[in-house]
Amino acid sequence: MSKKSRGFVAVDILYILGMILPILAVIVLKILTTPPSEGVSITGALIYFTIPMPIQDLPITEAQVNSAAVIISIFFLCLYMTHGLKEIPELKRQHIAEMIVEKAEAMIKDNMGDYFMGFTPFIAAMLALSAFSSLMSLFGVFPPTSDLNIVAGWAILVFALITYYKFKCGPINYAKSFADPPLLAPLNVISEIATPVSMALRHYGNIMSGTVIGVLVATALQGLSHMALSWAPEFIANIPFLRVGIPAVLSIYFDVFSSILQAYIFAMLTMLYVSGAFNIDLYEKIREKKRLAKEGKTEKKSKKDKNKEILEEK
Amino acid sequence: MLELAIGIILGCCALGAGMAMIAGIGPGIGEGNAVARACEAIGRQPEAKGSITSTLFIGCAIAETTGLYALVIAILLIFVAPNRLVDILMSTIG
Repeated sequence: MSKKSRGFVAVDILYILGMILPILAVIVLKILTTPPSEGVSITGALIYFTIPMPIQDLPITEAQVNSAAVIISIFFLCLYMTHGLKEIPELKRQHIAEMIVEKAEAMIKDNMGDYFMGFTPFIAAMLALSAFSSLMSLFGVFPPTSDLNIVAGWAILVFALITYYKFKCGPINYAKSFADPPLLAPLNVISEIATPVSMALRHYGNIMSGTVIGVLVATALQGLSHMALSWAPEFIANIPFLRVGIPAVLSIYFDVFSSILQAYIFAMLTMLYVSGAFNIDLYEKIREKKRLAKEGKTEKKSKKDKNKEILEEK
Repeated sequence: MLELAIGIILGCCALGAGMAMIAGIGPGIGEGNAVARACEAIGRQPEAKGSITSTLFIGCAIAETTGLYALVIAILLIFVAPNRLVDILMSTIG
């Protein structure tokens, strides 16, 4: 069965279109909606339209649309990778998919322990979403992670997870965890709040600084080439010949390396914080105690029953 | 007079942004130290290169955070603060 059937290929093509079309749509939208401007300007996300809401209007920005496009694209990528799974792999993509899953599981096992193996899909999704969102800047569109709101949403999600796992040992132990050295309790509360803030700002700052530095360098090179060609007539002097190639070197660092590194670090910190928030020994102790207490009750009951039985017999 | 006031606002925002980025010294020294130690560690124990490198990247990213706070403040001062301050000035003048 080396040849793929016609239906299989058709579904494949559908999935590939599903991967490419959202990104193309975003690029077209960007071209159509960008207002004409003179010179170089550094702006935040464009607001496409606002939905009127009772308390505050809800703006739909470029960042939200782009991140939705990335989500759809990754969804179709996953469907494409897992299309035609067999027990004995026939397709190359199944090997790649298996490798990704194995790597993700090994990473979770190393950093979080066996208890958190259910976190594998979440962490892998976080990693993929963050990396692909940042890499959107390679297509010339606004990377969603360059907007603080998107990254802050992820950080708040991580904060909710941390709090949930701290609460698992009971509210008293949750309160105790802040008073580790009792005098430093206020500082511990501040550092707890600082966790999501620093996670969001780190990711956002890295990606946005890359964009800003890229634009500044491109502008400077334009000025330099204008100066170097100042002897020539104006239409030649306006050609920014120094801008060919040099910003690409920066782009390799800021767009490719930094994006993937930040995605890795965001996922890594999520794993470390969530697994660090959960005290598994204490949790098992509490469960053991509860179980013993239950058994003790049942034992007492059975003793009472026995006594009753004995009395009745007498 | 109004031009002078707007000029002072813009100049002070730029100065403030520049001063905020003095915070870049800290992460620079810190990350330099971390990389130096990591190089020593790899030289001493080349077989542990993988785990040392991944730990180094995470450590560097965390050390970078203070610098990035300063960067965010500098960006706010350059791109956001002048418009708002000029708006406030205009509304108070009327």
